[in-house]
Amino acid sequence: MGISLDELNSLQIDVLKEIGNIGAGNAATALSKMISKRVDMDVPKVNILEFRNVAELVGGPEVEVIGIYFKVTGDITGSIMFLLDKKSAKLLINLLMGMMDEGEELSEMGFSALQEVGNILAGSYLSSLSSLTGLNLVVSVPSLAMDMAGAILSVPVILFGQVGDKVMLIETDFNEGTNHVKGNFFLIPDEDSFETLLKSLGVI
Amino acid sequence: MADVIKVGMADMNTACSPSILTTLGLGSCVGICLYDTSTKISGMVHIMLPSSTQIKNNSNVAKFADTGIVKLLEDMIKLGARRSKIVSKIAGGAQMFSFNDASDIMRIGARNVTATKEILKSLNVPIIAEDTGGNHGRTIELYSETGILLIKTIGYGTKQI
Repeated sequence: MGISLDELNSLQIDVLKEIGNIGAGNAATALSKMISKRVDMDVPKVNILEFRNVAELVGGPEVEVIGIYFKVTGDITGSIMFLLDKKSAKLLINLLMGMMDEGEELSEMGFSALQEVGNILAGSYLSSLSSLTGLNLVVSVPSLAMDMAGAILSVPVILFGQVGDKVMLIETDFNEGTNHVKGNFFLIPDEDSFETLLKSLGVI
Repeated sequence: MADVIKVGMADMNTACSPSILTTLGLGSCVGICLYDTSTKISGMVHIMLPSSTQIKNNSNVAKFADTGIVKLLEDMIKLGARRSKIVSKIAGGAQMFSFNDASDIMRIGARNVTATKEILKSLNVPIIAEDTGGNHGRTIELYSETGILLIKTIGYGTKQI
């Protein structure tokens, strides 16, 4: 039977938080290499919260955000999603492409760049998870969507909703100079994979 | 100004004329609006999953199409709605992310819509309008005075059904 977030003990939550920290650290390093600039990272905050409160983190369900979604296969199955607000996405694109585009809108090229960042972040995140757990993990190509936060978030919330009423998300802030990129990261193991993940981490 | 009553994810509420029921940023979830054309009592439920029977933790009835619609009908009848006069409008059920291999979980929006229609049919509640599917989010507002459902999107305009 699957394990839900609602029934995790504090040790299991701490271990999941630590994975979040390490994964985000690796992702920041990857990002730094990609833009050839120093990228600092605040200590990620790992939140486990009721799904009705998730959208408030990004300013409410109607705020326009960008979601980059990946499927994970291998020894465990599940999904990964990055959530960026529009301002952070724009900053990230400008950093990557060395542009100073002040406009509100995102170009096709900008979207491609974001998918690529997503790829690298997800890849570095998963490889750290893989080396910690010894599990073989494969990440899919990204799928990107820009829409209302509520609609984008419905995807991870539904996935988590199959086993409980809470979601786990990792809030990560990246800083390059005075630029500040705020990202949220969801790691969503499928129902049966949660147990495998916790077992491989030695907390079951 | 009429009261605006918010319905969150996996949540439901009822209203009497002229109050407005709203749910913000529907994605793959489905918003089901029930409306009694005689008493103008209305109800809205924001469901996330098709069926409570396959899920272990199913205590929140508003999370599932099967239990959510039944409970909403009961609540409206308690308020004085007439069962035979209740009609429905539905919105949502989008597929927010696309992949080449359409796995089950990616089609959850379509499954939510199918389940919603089956349940409404089995309860003999006619669906008089719908705006479902696609790949975009929707904010919906149900005006209990008129039964009009207003649908707002980002980039796909606003419409009334």
